[in-house]
Amino acid sequence: MYRFTYHQPADLDEAVQIASSSEDGSYLAGGMTLIPTMKFRLAGPSDLIDLGAVEALRGITDEGGRLRIGAASTHAEVAASALVTGRLPALAGLASRIGDPAVRNRGTIGGSIANADPAADYPAALLALDAEVITNRRAIAAADFFTGFFSTALDPGELVTAIRFAVPAQAAYQKAPNPASRFALAGVFVARHADGTRVAVTGAGQFATRYPAFEAALDASFTPATAAGVTVEEAGLMTDLHASAAYRAHLISVMAKRAVAAC
Amino acid sequence: MATDPSASIALRVNGKDVEGSAEARTLLVDFLRDTLRLTGTHIGCDTSQCGACVVHLDGVAVKSCTVLAVQAAGREVRTIEGLADADGSLHPMQEAFRQHHGLQCGFCTPGMVMTAIELAQSAEPLTPERVREGLEGNICRCTGYHNIVQAVLAGAAAMRQ
Repeated sequence: MYRFTYHQPADLDEAVQIASSSEDGSYLAGGMTLIPTMKFRLAGPSDLIDLGAVEALRGITDEGGRLRIGAASTHAEVAASALVTGRLPALAGLASRIGDPAVRNRGTIGGSIANADPAADYPAALLALDAEVITNRRAIAAADFFTGFFSTALDPGELVTAIRFAVPAQAAYQKAPNPASRFALAGVFVARHADGTRVAVTGAGQFATRYPAFEAALDASFTPATAAGVTVEEAGLMTDLHASAAYRAHLISVMAKRAVAAC
Repeated sequence: MATDPSASIALRVNGKDVEGSAEARTLLVDFLRDTLRLTGTHIGCDTSQCGACVVHLDGVAVKSCTVLAVQAAGREVRTIEGLADADGSLHPMQEAFRQHHGLQCGFCTPGMVMTAIELAQSAEPLTPERVREGLEGNICRCTGYHNIVQAVLAGAAAMRQ
């Protein structure tokens, strides 16, 4: 690991101030991706700004019918939250299947979405649950947040503070996990909102995206058979050592069918 | 607060206040092993996969190869060395691993035991399936999982008595 200067700001303003005055600073949330990346010397920030003491990033609350999850909430906290298990059990279930228990004890929702791994689980939930990403500067619709392979709409130094989720009538998430890492080879989040069904896929392409073909078909007939009948194009899907694009296309179909059945 | 390239870190380890020098980039597992000489916590994969390095940080199981030592400053760490009583009698989970032959080469055992103790402290009832899920982040390359699962179930039952 390259050398860096470590900071532990006490509040949001101080964190943002340190980031803006550092040469090439990086925020540190749970560190479950950043620390391994630094160990491989694939990242070498000049400054590490540990968000662990920033209270404003914590807490899960009901905000006028929407669920607000503080960016520093760990996967374990989201999975165990009475508010999340009660209002959005599909999201709690998603969180409970990320990585492994020790990773869930450290990894955070804000860190996960800011990293925007193409195989992370949360991005599918944000898109299907019409979420807003709240930062220290603005609110960004999930649809505008994920912009590419490990890319987001965040500006340099901009910090995710919370995510606000809509609560649909029904929702479910199903993934085919990589047997070693538990990252999604393909994960499908299905949510039935008052204004229609949203279906988002992660793990299969360059970044998480909605699948309008599923949404239109399921709005007409919300059954597992309908989901299974939607043709999934291979074009644009990833081929890597874990799975071919054709296999991922098939997995999307199967996971969508299972998610609808689980709604 | 900025930490200089090498600074003193004070924390509580296995019930004792300790202090040692570390760079900001020093991993908790290296600080425990090299500075504090607590070599019971093992480094297996060093990539947060295998779980040999699991310790408790403020009571929560973490992979100490993926936590900076400086992040543990002012906090409480419990390692495998902190489980047995002062008279040497084993923690119920250690005793269960011994009785059920829950180890072969023993390399993964410290992490297995630390993860198992957190699992045993959860409110939900433990089943063999639940134990296997709970050990997803701990890899035994001797592949002796059957006896490990038996040991965790027995250890958890003993801890709840």
